[in-house]
Amino acid sequence: MPLLEVTNLKQHFTTKKGFAGNKTVVKAVDGVSLTIEEGKTLGIVGESGCGKSSLGRSILRLVEPTEGSIKFKGKEIVGVSAKEMKELRKEMQIVFQDPYASLNPRRTVRQILEAPLIIHNIGNKIERKELIEDLSGKIGLRKEQLSNYPHEFSGGQRQRIGIARAMALNPKLIIADEPVSALDVSVQSQVLNLMLDLQQERNLSYMFISHDLSVVQHISDKVAVMYLGKVVEIADVAKVYDTPIHPYTRALLSALPVPDPTHVKNRVILEGDLPSPSNPPTGCTFHTRCPMATKECREIIPPLEEKESGHFAACIHV
Amino acid sequence: MARRIFRSPLTVLGLFIVLGILIAALFAPVIATHSPTEVDLVSKLEAPSVEHFFGTDEVGRDIFSRIVYGTRISLRIGLLVVLIAFPVGTILGAIAGYMGGRIDQVIMRITDIFLSFPGIILAMSIAAALGPSIENVMLALAATWWPWYTRIVRSSVLSIKHAEFIEASRALGANPFRILFKEVIPNSIAPATIQASLDLGFVILAAAGLSFIGLGAQPPSPEWGAMLSNSREILREAWWAATFPGIAILLTVLGFNLLGDGLNDLLDPKQR
Amino acid sequence: MDALRFIGKRLLLMIPILIGISILTFAISNTIPGDPARLILGPKATPDGLEALREDMGLNDPLYVQYGRYMSGIGQGDLGKSTYSQRPVVDDLLRYSPATIELTMFAMFITLIIGVPFGVISASRKDRIADQFTRIFALIGVAMPAFWLGLLLLLFFYLKLGVLPGSGRLDGGMSPPEYVTGMYTVDALLAGNWSVFYSAFMHLILPGITLAAVTVGMITRMTRSSMLTVLQSDYIRTAFAKGAPENRVLYGHALRNGIMPVITLLGMAFGHALGGSILVEAVFSWPGLGQYAVNAINYLDFPAVMGVTMLIAVMFIIVNLIVDTLYFFIDPRLKHS
Repeated sequence: MPLLEVTNLKQHFTTKKGFAGNKTVVKAVDGVSLTIEEGKTLGIVGESGCGKSSLGRSILRLVEPTEGSIKFKGKEIVGVSAKEMKELRKEMQIVFQDPYASLNPRRTVRQILEAPLIIHNIGNKIERKELIEDLSGKIGLRKEQLSNYPHEFSGGQRQRIGIARAMALNPKLIIADEPVSALDVSVQSQVLNLMLDLQQERNLSYMFISHDLSVVQHISDKVAVMYLGKVVEIADVAKVYDTPIHPYTRALLSALPVPDPTHVKNRVILEGDLPSPSNPPTGCTFHTRCPMATKECREIIPPLEEKESGHFAACIHV
Repeated sequence: MARRIFRSPLTVLGLFIVLGILIAALFAPVIATHSPTEVDLVSKLEAPSVEHFFGTDEVGRDIFSRIVYGTRISLRIGLLVVLIAFPVGTILGAIAGYMGGRIDQVIMRITDIFLSFPGIILAMSIAAALGPSIENVMLALAATWWPWYTRIVRSSVLSIKHAEFIEASRALGANPFRILFKEVIPNSIAPATIQASLDLGFVILAAAGLSFIGLGAQPPSPEWGAMLSNSREILREAWWAATFPGIAILLTVLGFNLLGDGLNDLLDPKQR
Repeated sequence: MDALRFIGKRLLLMIPILIGISILTFAISNTIPGDPARLILGPKATPDGLEALREDMGLNDPLYVQYGRYMSGIGQGDLGKSTYSQRPVVDDLLRYSPATIELTMFAMFITLIIGVPFGVISASRKDRIADQFTRIFALIGVAMPAFWLGLLLLLFFYLKLGVLPGSGRLDGGMSPPEYVTGMYTVDALLAGNWSVFYSAFMHLILPGITLAAVTVGMITRMTRSSMLTVLQSDYIRTAFAKGAPENRVLYGHALRNGIMPVITLLGMAFGHALGGSILVEAVFSWPGLGQYAVNAINYLDFPAVMGVTMLIAVMFIIVNLIVDTLYFFIDPRLKHS
């Protein structure tokens, strides 16, 4: 049984435009199915605006999913009561992209790290203090630094504090939404290594959302590629990176620098811009930019099919 | 931070005025040269002199001493009104901004209604309904002042409500009450706090106005507005009776204004 | 077309506000301490007599019934009877409001002809002497109790110098012009009666200046800050750079855009002036709504106080509607959105 099983998840937002109130529906997540195994990492890649962040928030029910099923340890969590959801939140946590926006600037690190314990009534004052100090040691903070405010730390330190906060409740699953994109490259690896260490130590599962293909390759076991709210390709990391099937994945990967001077570059340049998710193209939503597109692509919505063993893609031409 | 305050001479001036008022209020019995209410018909309507710095009124009360004691009344009004209106307005504004939807609609429509009464009109009619007294004026002013904080706080809540640290708190399972008081409000009250410091002055001004038309402090209270109201009777004989209480009000409002503006510049350097 | 739709929408939005105002004023009326029946019958009333009067006045009905009655009264133009003047409050309001409207309009006129140019000059001479002076004046204007300024002006121009009248709307013995608008200056002009116009105008000066003092400060500050923003914009710098004459740039290009926020503030300034008129009229014995309200307060004439409150709130809403409409016509962006 996978730790997390998402089936046909949809997250639609309705926005009102202008005085007249013309409603537009943005299909941020439009029928996503995926699974995450215990102790493994699923990477989610895609351009900004493809719905990968909405997917993460939807799974945690930070926004209510429009449709679909989310099973955690085999138990359906869509529609459960606020009380049950609170219990579930101990097991699934989130790490955010912007370490400057994700920590309340008016609380000390101690208060920030204590919050999850207080919310879930864990331990007494002394036990909480021990837990926090233990946690802060793991992320390389000294005890004295706990009474500092977030602005007194560097971006990397802040992100580690954000990770520590997510770890405080000892969750099974962490959704990491672009956790290193806002950091300097030199700091990125520190944070990634921290995440990998914690994963080994606690048998954690990650859903690692990023637009950075190299980072995803480094940390993931499995990768899902998203385009306009849909998963277009999903497979083990080696399969996706070595033998990509979907033309979109190929285009993305062809832009990746390869540290091999003998490698002959075969770049696929994507034409045009990402279409607006409020008015997506018909048929295969990628057809407007796809080098392989044919007439059928405008009409047929390609299903996500197993093209090779364990390698799924949504394209009628491959 | 302190250095930046002292770089602006107007803010320093405001600070000094406010400090002066605080000192006058705290040490009124020491500073005042006479009793604020004692009638002395022998020395009535005396022009300003060494004995009576600001002259005397029609029953010989020392105007300087009355003004000094008046700081206590005015400060109490300003502080109490703001201390009632500020938390009420802040909490409602935070609830409206954070919850959104129906609750937001209802709260904001109510503030709209309160704000559709101009100036001191609403306070006047509430005070008139409750009956003339200084306590009722305070109640009336608090009842008309809170919507301003509601508006200010709501708009700053809207600007932070989607911040990631608030989402993080929700992801941890915090209840709305905790999110509101630990995450939302502490990060959105700065502009309202500045407004409150400006309002200390404006509340005092409004209370003086209500006393002037007979709604607030009643004679022989040394409230500045009531003193001005009283001075109308002796305007021809005693210009000093009309002049000095007004200067006291002006300086007080100015002081809190300058201080508030200074705080504003401090927190938002772009404004300059 | 669009303008009509815009105004229609604004009128619709007014309805809930008006209902809210009526609920609020009704609630305030109901907080009056004491029993109105006892107030009328006095201390010697018998319990039976009190009960009968209460029943008769509808005080025993549930609140919502009383509110319904109150609303239907307002609907028929009935705001109750003034206990002091013994006339219907509506009649009194009609009689006193032209004086207040005249005074407030005059004050707004002064506010605009002083506030806007001073704001522009202040912005164009930022941090120079003229700017410093204007800023200090504006600051003092905002912080000053208007009724106190009124007393000082009265003291100086009326009592000391005797150059301006200090109370009322006309010289003693002069009879008001034929009633058209109720505003003496306008009516005198319409009747072509110059001596009455002169007298009415002279009487307006002191209370007008007093009332304008606060709003001039507001408008000057707003004009200044709005102009400062505009003057830093690229197209104004371009205009200066290509050598356009300063006044043309200031008043032709910059003011057109800089005036926008000032217009939105105008409604608020008008409200301020309306509120301020209560106090200023008391100083100058100006026989308007303010004077009427203050008298009503002193005689515990509650229907009159509520009448003035409601009327001024409604006037304020109408002024804001006018300001919004004005804004709609001036700002081309709104027309096309």
